[in-house]
Amino acid sequence: MTLNEISKFLSCEVFCGEDELNMEIEFGCASDLMSDVLAFSRSGALLLTGLVNTQTIHTAFIAEINAIVFVRRKIPDKDIVALAREKHIPLLGTPYSLYEASGILYKTGLISTMECISAINENG
Amino acid sequence: MRMDKSYSQSFEITGNNFVDAGKAATEVKMILKQIGINSDIIRRVAIASYEAEMNVVMYAKRASMNIEISQEKIKIVVADEGPGIQNIELAMKEGYSTATTEMREMGFGAGMGLPNIKRNADHLKIESEVGKGTKVEFVIELIKHRAESIEQ
Repeated sequence: MTLNEISKFLSCEVFCGEDELNMEIEFGCASDLMSDVLAFSRSGALLLTGLVNTQTIHTAFIAEINAIVFVRRKIPDKDIVALAREKHIPLLGTPYSLYEASGILYKTGLISTMECISAINENG
Repeated sequence: MRMDKSYSQSFEITGNNFVDAGKAATEVKMILKQIGINSDIIRRVAIASYEAEMNVVMYAKRASMNIEISQEKIKIVVADEGPGIQNIELAMKEGYSTATTEMREMGFGAGMGLPNIKRNADHLKIESEVGKGTKVEFVIELIKHRAESIEQ
């Protein structure tokens, strides 16, 4: 799925990275805990989060998150946007909540980075 | 950058400076990229370094982060001046945390720091003296992973 498709599904506003909306996103993850993102995300994932600060961008860069969608109409300030631009991480914003935005993308078939359901199935 | 011999560099980390938090780990990541280290290894080193850096920012006064890269391994030592860890075994448990609200608002302090370092490193050593400071040392092997990628 491309970031542009994700942007349409979630009625997103684009804060930066307009030129990179054609990038492919393979996995999705949603968390406000950056340590969980570092522990459970995969390279190339999309991050949905309600945490809007510079640590969100640093975490994304370190964990190789391809793009970030801020939920519930949260707007990053200019320092956050500047840091994201420098790191080439597109920032988008959706009016949906974290739960709703995750649900919408999950229904379209975007795979989770954690895959807990397949782990449950494997263990019976 | 050529890697005939070993390479090392040091970074200073300042406690309670949440604005610059993440810069040392970012630098580490750039260095490894420049050297041309395998991307999975870079991600592991970067994540472990970032968690170690955040621990300093959240709990300590200051620290030095030293990275040493050789043909065989990448070794990172973070030595801080700080309160030390009362119970290392407890601190290694996922979810155990003594973090404040401010730390949690930054998306950290969920009790995943040291476990995340352990998850990404091949070897982890923690030495701590209460009231003085903590030394976290972790190693990521390069030869072992090179052998594994040849087998695949």
